[in-house]
Amino acid sequence: MASSARNGAIGMHLVDISDVNALKSVPTRNGFGEGLIEAGKSNRNVIGICADLAESTRMEGFKKACPDQYIAIGVAEQLLVAMAAGLASAGKIPFIASYAMFNPGRSWEQVRTTMALNETNVKIAGAHAGVSVGPDGATHQAIEDIAIMRVLPHMIVVVPCDSAQTKKATLAVAQKWGPTYLRFAREKSPVITTEETPFEIGKAQTFRTGSDVAIIACGILVYNALVAAQELAGDGIECTVINNHTVKPMDEHAVIEAAKLCGTVVTVEEHQQHGGMGSRVAEILAQHHPVPIEFVGVRDQFGQSGDPGELIEHYGMGTSAIKTAVRRALRRKPGSHALAEPNTAE
Amino acid sequence: MPTLTEDRLKFLQERANLTRQGIIRSLLSAGSGHSAGSLDMADVFVALYHHVLRHDPRNPTWEDRDRLLLSCGHIAPVRYSAMAYADYFPVEELLTLRKFGTRLQGHPERVRMEALETTSGPLGEGLAQGTGMALAAKMDKKGWRVYVVTSDAEHQCGLHMEAMMTAPKFGLDNLMCIVDRNFIQIDGSTEEIMPLEPLADKYRAFNWEVFECDGNDMAALIETIERAKETTGKPQVIIANTVPGKGVSFMEGDYTWHGKPPNKEQADTALRELEAQRERILSFHG
Repeated sequence: MASSARNGAIGMHLVDISDVNALKSVPTRNGFGEGLIEAGKSNRNVIGICADLAESTRMEGFKKACPDQYIAIGVAEQLLVAMAAGLASAGKIPFIASYAMFNPGRSWEQVRTTMALNETNVKIAGAHAGVSVGPDGATHQAIEDIAIMRVLPHMIVVVPCDSAQTKKATLAVAQKWGPTYLRFAREKSPVITTEETPFEIGKAQTFRTGSDVAIIACGILVYNALVAAQELAGDGIECTVINNHTVKPMDEHAVIEAAKLCGTVVTVEEHQQHGGMGSRVAEILAQHHPVPIEFVGVRDQFGQSGDPGELIEHYGMGTSAIKTAVRRALRRKPGSHALAEPNTAE
Repeated sequence: MPTLTEDRLKFLQERANLTRQGIIRSLLSAGSGHSAGSLDMADVFVALYHHVLRHDPRNPTWEDRDRLLLSCGHIAPVRYSAMAYADYFPVEELLTLRKFGTRLQGHPERVRMEALETTSGPLGEGLAQGTGMALAAKMDKKGWRVYVVTSDAEHQCGLHMEAMMTAPKFGLDNLMCIVDRNFIQIDGSTEEIMPLEPLADKYRAFNWEVFECDGNDMAALIETIERAKETTGKPQVIIANTVPGKGVSFMEGDYTWHGKPPNKEQADTALRELEAQRERILSFHG
């Protein structure tokens, strides 16, 4: 099977996902924990505030490494935001951690008023996002959070693809001024980037190049997108895969160029289809370069308890669902009908 | 603490009177806005801007300034008017209240005027932000203080209660909350809509140092604030008992003035009343 470099991921220094033995699985939240310690040690103004979930949001390490910069406030997610806005007004860089369902799920109006409208340098760390939280069930599965954050003026929204990238994103978020939402997940997921893989907020990354269909993904499902692309290549369908880690401000140029190259797009995210990263891609393309788009994500419903992998499959975000979406996108692409069927590649 | 001489007290009372006149003029110009709470907090804002706060109107972002947050942003007219009479901006600018392009938004926005310290209006958010600011000052070993003005009905908001629970944990003796206890909210009496009493006991139970005074008595206010500042190890609350609509006879005590402005005729009457009060203040002992 072709390596990712051969497929155009120049300068990305990715792990070869076809080598199953080389793949490590680490939760993205671990990357947040590591990044926050590094950020806190290099800047004493970096503060960690946690709403009673230090261990599971991975703020526990920061608490030990930078005890004078750590604040425990108990189960109070509205306070988490508003108090952080006060700290930020006085020059601090507060990272506020809880589950994405409550932070920013519970605190949206405080986020809008005290962070976004008030332009304060608060960083929301939304843990356990997506249905992959698993057994906790629908109450704890944030799948609307990207939508409610990306709609806010001034808000930066970052959804890194693996643990290594979440660490880099945490450091980048600490350094870049602005109200920010950083989203990550609970379960272990394959680490596809390396130390050398670049990361810049607002700059999408091409992880694979092909001219049939562009898959634009974010978060831990970027791995599924790469696997789907690899398998489709065996059927002669060559996909571009974009790691669209910054939902806002989105790299419009990268999205438009991918649409121009492939003429059809599939978006992939662990979120409601409505209002998320894919919706933003559709807004950009509808305005600048209309092409057929298929959306992989949760279809206007809530999650439930279950094994993370089984939930990803059930709600239509597994590799087979992505492959199906790619074929649908290909069928809708003007002049490319033949390619849409399995094993009929030119 | 600066001594409050009779002349000084007279000056502050006159400033409060002028601030009330500014409120009436700006509300008339705006054609909408909140009269009762704005009028009843004039004495508190004048006490703060002219006597208590360490601040510099010409350098509103001075790093070591005391921070004053207005949590109940709907009474912005009193803050704007007090600021104008404390030389933050020309008094005439008050007439731009709520108009397109103004810095004096219907509810305060820090980004349009730094001296406002934060953006407020959605109720219950001020004390939490003040708690964050006071904690930042403690972390950085700074001497500046944080004052948060809240309404009474805001105590119905869960977030305000979260902040009441949080500030004592960190021993924030550099934080003072001043409650506009006027017993009214939009829909009627606070005790009918959702009882707040015993309010002082609630703060005591949450480990605050509690003070109470007549919020429309300038001398009592200043004495109480200065006494409260002596507290160590705990945040302080001053429950300022006020008369809604204070200074304008036909508004006093009437909850229906919570959220509406005077019309031209009512404003003229109000200004005549206030001007008569001003003359009495100036002629007192003189």
